[in-house]
Amino acid sequence: MRILELSALELGKRIREREISAVEATEAVLERIREKEPSIHAYVTVDEEGALKRAGEVQRGIEDGRFTGPLAGVPVAVKDNLCTKGLRTTCSSRILYNFVPTYTAQAVENLERAGAVIVGKTNMDEFAMGSTTETSAYGVTRNPWNTDHVPGGSSGGSCAAVAAEECFYALGSDTGGSIRQPGSFCGVTGIKPTYGTVSRYGLIAYGSSLDQIGPVGKTVSDCAAVLEAIASYDKKDSTSIPRKDLDFTAALENDVKGMRIGLPRDYFGEGLDYEVREAVLEAADVLRKKGALVEEFDLSLVEYAVPAYYVIASAEASSNLSRFDGVKYGLRAKDYEGLHEMYKKSRSEGFGPEVKRRIMLGAFVLSSGYYDAYYLKALRIKALIKQAFDRAFAQYDVILGPTAPTTAPRLGESLKDPLKMYLGDIYTISVNLAGLPGMTVPWGKDKKGLPIGVQLIGDCFEEKKMIRAGYTLEQAKEGR
Amino acid sequence: MGRQYETVIGLEVHVELATKTKIFCGCSTEFGGAPNTHTCPVCTGMPGSLPVLNRQVVEYAMAVGLAANCQINQYCKFDRKNYFYPDNPQNYQISQLYLPICHDGWIEIDTPSGPKKIGIHEIHMEEDAGKLIHDEWEDCSLVDYNRSGVPLIEIVSEPDMRNADEVMAYLEKLRMMIQYLGASDCKLQEGSMRADVNLSVRKAGALELGTRTEMKNLNSFKAIARAIEGERKRQIERIEDGKKVIQETRRWDDNKENSYPMRSKEDAQDYRYFPDPDLMPVVISREWIEEIRSRQPEMQPEKIRRYQEEFKIPEYDARILTSSKHMAWLFEEAAAACGKPKEVSNWLMVEAMRLLKEHDQAPEDLCFSPVNLAGLINLVDRGMINRTVAKTVFEEIFAHDTDPEIYVEEKGLKIVNDQGALEKAAEEVIRANPQSVKDYLGGKEKAIGFLVGQTMRAMKGKGDPGMVNKIVKELLTKQER
Repeated sequence: MRILELSALELGKRIREREISAVEATEAVLERIREKEPSIHAYVTVDEEGALKRAGEVQRGIEDGRFTGPLAGVPVAVKDNLCTKGLRTTCSSRILYNFVPTYTAQAVENLERAGAVIVGKTNMDEFAMGSTTETSAYGVTRNPWNTDHVPGGSSGGSCAAVAAEECFYALGSDTGGSIRQPGSFCGVTGIKPTYGTVSRYGLIAYGSSLDQIGPVGKTVSDCAAVLEAIASYDKKDSTSIPRKDLDFTAALENDVKGMRIGLPRDYFGEGLDYEVREAVLEAADVLRKKGALVEEFDLSLVEYAVPAYYVIASAEASSNLSRFDGVKYGLRAKDYEGLHEMYKKSRSEGFGPEVKRRIMLGAFVLSSGYYDAYYLKALRIKALIKQAFDRAFAQYDVILGPTAPTTAPRLGESLKDPLKMYLGDIYTISVNLAGLPGMTVPWGKDKKGLPIGVQLIGDCFEEKKMIRAGYTLEQAKEGR
Repeated sequence: MGRQYETVIGLEVHVELATKTKIFCGCSTEFGGAPNTHTCPVCTGMPGSLPVLNRQVVEYAMAVGLAANCQINQYCKFDRKNYFYPDNPQNYQISQLYLPICHDGWIEIDTPSGPKKIGIHEIHMEEDAGKLIHDEWEDCSLVDYNRSGVPLIEIVSEPDMRNADEVMAYLEKLRMMIQYLGASDCKLQEGSMRADVNLSVRKAGALELGTRTEMKNLNSFKAIARAIEGERKRQIERIEDGKKVIQETRRWDDNKENSYPMRSKEDAQDYRYFPDPDLMPVVISREWIEEIRSRQPEMQPEKIRRYQEEFKIPEYDARILTSSKHMAWLFEEAAAACGKPKEVSNWLMVEAMRLLKEHDQAPEDLCFSPVNLAGLINLVDRGMINRTVAKTVFEEIFAHDTDPEIYVEEKGLKIVNDQGALEKAAEEVIRANPQSVKDYLGGKEKAIGFLVGQTMRAMKGKGDPGMVNKIVKELLTKQER
C-alpha cells in the first residue's frame, strides 16, 4: 500500500486505527513535495518543521482521545489567501511577500480543531485574479497531468497539489470558478458551497460578495467530509448564515432515482469543446440510467454573466485591495519622496499586471458618472440571473453541465488574450453571482490525456442533492 | 454693506457615540490609552478581517433621529467611501451615503423673533479614523489606531440658519438633546462633537442660493462664531469686488482669525461610494423603533412643562435648570431630598450659576451631590444658619462637595439667637455711630441698614438677621424717646 494513494478519509481511518501515524503520513507528503515541486510548483510556502511538529501533537491527541474526527492527522494544503497565524500568507503577490498574519482564518481554525496538519500554502493567481495560476508573483504552477499545461486557477496550486499527491486534500476559494475550473483541469473534485456557508473571516478578500472557501479533494466523499468540517456559523462574518444541515456526508448515497436533473441548452453552445460536450452528455446518460429524470431547458442570461461578474468583482476588489499601501504591512518601496509617492511606488511595484488591470477596471466602474451605467446595471443582472436559477430550480433538483469549455490550455496561451480567458469562466461565474453551491467531478480525459470535469449546480442550501448526484457519478465511473 | 446680504448656513455635525466598544469590532472606545492598544485585526485593516455592526450604534442613531423628529429608514445600508490616507487603515471609510438611517427631521431653536425650525437633512452612521502623529525630530509620521472604528453619527442640517446666533442655538440644542439621550458627551474641545460650517451669502430677498464654502477645523463654539463672521465678510467682499466665490473647503485658523483654502470643487476627490459587501443591510422593524421611542428619556420641553406644573417654577428658571441634563438631575434629586424645589432652584440659579461663571465652567462641571445641597437648605430652613453663612457653606459644597451639617458644626457657624449677646453688640454699634443714629432719627430710614450690617459684622455674620433687625430698631426707638 502506498500511503499517498489513499483518499483523505481512507488515510484518516488508518490513522485512527493506528495503522499509519500522522507523522508518517506527513513525512510521506513532505517527501513527495520534495520530489514533485521542482516540476509542479504547487506551493508558495512549505512548512516542513511546523507540519512535523503539528503531526506529532495531533498523533498524541489521537492517542489520548482529543482528536476523534475523520480528518485527524491528515495532511492538508491551504490556499495562500487564507490567513494562518505565524505562517506567511502572500496571496501570491509581491505586495505581501513578508506578511505573517496575527490570526488564523475561521475555516482553517475549524480544520485545526478537527486535527488537520497543515503542510503549506498553495500557489494561486495573484489575489485570486486569473484562471491559470500564471499571474502568481512566485512563478507558475504546472498541471501534473502534463506540465506544459496550466492547472487552471485561481486555486491552481491547491488542485495541482491534490492531483500530484502532494497533500491529501486542500482548501481553495472560489469567486467565479476558482475551485471548480482548476479542479476540472487537474482531474480532482471541488465544491463551492452556498454563499454564507463557510466563514470568510481570514480569507483575504477579492470579490467579497462572491468569495467562498471550499474543499478540493480526490473524491466526492473527501470533499463532503472537509466541507462538513470547515462550514460553521461565524459571528465575525456578517454574511455567515446559521444552518442546521451541515452534515454533508449524510448525502453520500449512490442513488439518484427520481432526481430531476436539468441540462441548460445555453451551456452547450458555441465555444464548448467537442470532447468536453460528449463527456458531459455521457455523464447525463449515466445518471439517466441510474433513474434520474434528465432533460434540457433554457436557463437564459448566460451571456451577461461574464461582464456582470467582471464589473462587480473588480469594483469590490478595487476597494478591498486599497489597504495594501505600504503603510502597515507588506512591501514598501525603497526610494520615495512623500506619502503620495510611497503609495504609488509601493503599489506599482507590489501588484502584477492582472491585478492592476482589475483595480483600474473596478475604480472606473465605481467612479462618479459611471456608477449607474456599470455597477448598478451589473447588480441588476446579478438579480436577474438569480431569478433565472430560481425558475430552473422550481423544475429541477440539480443542474448538470460542463465546468469549463475546454481542458487545460498550454502555459502562456491565456494571458495573451485576457478577454478569451475571462470567457473561460462562463459556466462557473453565474453560480457565484447567484450565491449557489456548485461542484466539479472528474469525468474522463480528452485525447491529449487531460482531465475533463462535469459541473453540478444545486439550489441555495441544497448541497446535499448536488453531492448525492456527484457521488453517484463517481461510483458509476469507478464501476466502469 | 453687509446689510444688503443674507447669510445662509448649514451644518454638518459629527458626534462620537458613547458606546463601550467600537462600531465594527469589540475593541474599547475609551479615550487615552497607549497608542495602538485598543486595536484588533478589524480596526487596523488587517487582510481578511471583517466588520460586524455594533447594535448599540444603531440604537443611539435611532434615538437621536427620533428626538430630532426624523424619519427612520427601515432598510438602511453601509457604503464604502474610498480614499487613501494612513489614518484610515483600509483606505476606505465605512459610512452611509445611499440609504442613511435617519432623514427629514427638524429641531426647534429660540430666536429673538420667536421659535424657528431648523431642518435635518439626514443622520448617518460611520466609523472614525485613527490619529497621525508627526515626529518632527525623526522626520516621520506615526499612526495610532485607538480611535479607528469609534462610532460616529453625522447630523446634516438643511441650510436653514441665517446668522451665528442661530448656529449657536442649534448646536446648543443638539448638544443638550444628545446629552439627554446619553448618546454622547458632546465635548467640542475633546473632539467628541465636531462641526463643519457650510456658508454662502446672497443679496437680501434673492431666491437662489449663492456659492457655498465648507469650513473645517472649528474646535469651540467661539471659533465657530468667529469663523462664520469671518467667512461672511470674506464672501461679501469678494462679491463687492466683482469676484466670484469659489466652491471649496477652507480651514479656519482661530489664532489668526482667518481661513485658508484646503481644496476646491475641481480637485474634489471621487470617493467611489458603493455598498459595503461585508455588511448586510440593516433592517429596522416597527417594533424596534417603538421600543427605542418608549425608552427615550424625558427631554427638556417636557421637563420645563413639568417643573412649571409640579414645582411652580417660572418658565425662565425651568429653562435654565434643564439646559443641562446634569443640572436637571441635581435639581430633581435635591428637591426630592429636601422637599423645597423653589429653594433648590434659587441656589442653582443664583449661587451655582455665579460660581460657574467665576470659574469659567459649564453646568456639567457641577460636581457636588444633591444630598449636600438639600442638607444646606434644611439647615437654613430650621434656622440653624443664616443666609450669609449659608452662602459661604454653599461655596464650600460647590468646591469640595462638603457635608454642610458637619462643616457648620466644625466651624462653629451656627446662628446666634441669644438676645443678650445681640443686644450688647447692637448697643455698642449704636454708641460708636452717632452720626448714623442721628441720620436715622432725622428721617433717613436707610441709615438703619448700616447699623444692622455693623451689628452682623460684629457677630461675625452668625447673628439671626431677623432678631438683629428687631433689636436695632427697638434700641433706636428708645433713643428717640
